[in-house]
Amino acid sequence: MALLEINNVVKRFGDFTAVNNVSLSVEAGEFFTLLGPSGCGKTTLLRMLAGFEQPDSGAILLDGKDVSQVPPEKRPVHTVFQSYALFPHMTVRQNIAFPLKMAGWDAKKIETQVDELLEDVRLTQFGQRFPHELSGGQRQRVAIARALVDRPRVLLLDEPLSALDAKLREQMQIELINLQKEVGITFVYVTHDQGEALALSHRIAVMSHGQVEQLDIPERIYSHPKNRFVADFIGQCNVLEGTVKAVDGATMTVDLKGCGTVKCQSVPNAKPGQAGWLALRPEKIKLDKELGRHDDEAHFKGRVHDCLYLGDVTIYMVEVAEGVIIEAMLPNNIPGVAKFFDDNDVVEVAWRFDAGSFLTE
Amino acid sequence: MLRNRLGKWLLSWPPLVYLTLFFLIPTTIMFVAAFRNPGDYGGLAPMYNIEDGKLVWDLTLDNFSRLVEEPLYFELFLKSIGYAGLTTLLCVLLAYPLAWLIATTHKKWRDLLLLMVILPFWSNFLIRIYAWMIILGPQSAFTKAVNWVVTGLGFEPIQLLFTPIAVMIGMVYVHLPFMVLPLYANLEKHDMALLDAAQDLGASAWQRFWKITWPLSLPGVFAGSALVFIPALGMFAIPDILGGTDSILIGNLIKQQILDTRDWPFGSVLSIVLTGGVLLIAGLGALVARKGAKRG
Repeated sequence: MALLEINNVVKRFGDFTAVNNVSLSVEAGEFFTLLGPSGCGKTTLLRMLAGFEQPDSGAILLDGKDVSQVPPEKRPVHTVFQSYALFPHMTVRQNIAFPLKMAGWDAKKIETQVDELLEDVRLTQFGQRFPHELSGGQRQRVAIARALVDRPRVLLLDEPLSALDAKLREQMQIELINLQKEVGITFVYVTHDQGEALALSHRIAVMSHGQVEQLDIPERIYSHPKNRFVADFIGQCNVLEGTVKAVDGATMTVDLKGCGTVKCQSVPNAKPGQAGWLALRPEKIKLDKELGRHDDEAHFKGRVHDCLYLGDVTIYMVEVAEGVIIEAMLPNNIPGVAKFFDDNDVVEVAWRFDAGSFLTE
Repeated sequence: MLRNRLGKWLLSWPPLVYLTLFFLIPTTIMFVAAFRNPGDYGGLAPMYNIEDGKLVWDLTLDNFSRLVEEPLYFELFLKSIGYAGLTTLLCVLLAYPLAWLIATTHKKWRDLLLLMVILPFWSNFLIRIYAWMIILGPQSAFTKAVNWVVTGLGFEPIQLLFTPIAVMIGMVYVHLPFMVLPLYANLEKHDMALLDAAQDLGASAWQRFWKITWPLSLPGVFAGSALVFIPALGMFAIPDILGGTDSILIGNLIKQQILDTRDWPFGSVLSIVLTGGVLLIAGLGALVARKGAKRG
């Protein structure tokens, strides 16, 4: 039995359906992420897990018991809020001790437990400070310590890193992973940042319009997006329109609009004549002045239309046919060379048959 | 830099002149008057005489000893502090839920509710107190309704007008907006996520109020209390109009000494002691409020 089970949950606000029949389960000890653009229902789902909203229908099971009507203060679930919501009139220690006091622990036990948590988040010297005397990253750690102090069954995190700058965010990501391993508590994490989701999670549920589009481990989500939405939302992706020409076991040929036929991995239930899209990650595409031809590769000639120099990598927009532009990304891994090609250079692009995936929806 | 400082000087002139004319000079006159003798026909006796070509000061501490020697005055001060304190307490109890309601209601209703709090200021203070005379009078529907309940409970019918109850009703009524507004200003700034967080971390509704909302609202409570307590302490119009012979307060005594008995020196002594007391209380209040603000 999964620790947390969400069964056919629906939540409406007026005529707007925020969460539309979502079912998923989270295992004990898992780092689970709800990923999606704003308004996709991820935060509403999280608020239902915390108890701030009640589902219109469906059930939320925690350890097998339906908790969907249990108020937040009675659930063994805590939230790390986006704004941290630290109590400004309490010191760091008092903030962290708050849930223990509410639960009626005795003073001595509270002291030892708070000490332990302060150590866990490396804030031992900051116990007597007030929240406004801390940096953003330190406040973040207090918020996490406060939510973990009485060992909840599940920790909910609502975009907890969005208020931090990029450098600090990366550091906090590593700390979060380590902390989660250390305490072994199940994390349910909400974010709109796909990089963060890929870096942190054991599994990701990609959401849009109140529904789960794809639920899988990060590698599968990235390399095998289930549909156009996921392909577009996660990372950069070339999405090329095409029609299935022939299916031959594990591979099939697809007629790409404006380019010609290419080989790709077949998808279940694919039939000749079926329309769809070939999704290709820019870094999976080979690009050079001249490329040798291989049987298992698609091969096109093109002209560099635009380049985006990003420092570590450069993205080249290559026009392979009238109006068909393929994005390819090359790492700038040769010292002294900033860009391999310039605008209007004639180049060749190629990709292996298993570099992309064919999407039917 | 220089221009900046000059600008500040120029800007501070009007309030400086105003405070000097209408606060500093009158207070000084009052302070000096407290040490003078009363005139033969009321008012003040001359501060000094010329006797045999020599200047003789005519100053005295008698007015102060009169205050200290007569326990009645001390009791009156205590009674006034009691009335002002009770007014403040009742205002906090009544204004808090109202301010909370206004602060948490939808934005489009907020201005209307605030307007209703401020609306009484648009008509004259005395007229509003006289209106209470009618409301609390023996023939009014309000008094009848109160007595219907009172007799229903098995007690003798009571009189409202010209009793301490009427004074308290009038005091609370007049001062309530001064408590609502600072409390609203404070509560309106509260981060509602804090209450969500407290609830999420296991706090009941009662605990959320006492551990989060109340301590964070203390600066507003102190500000409102100062605005209510200080004027309530010197109030004389309400006891005059709504109170009976036993509801006289220190403000009434001062008014009586200055205007009726025309014993200006003793009236001044009472005023100075009252002003000093108010300053002391306001100073303490500011100190506590600053401490609270530093934390918030």
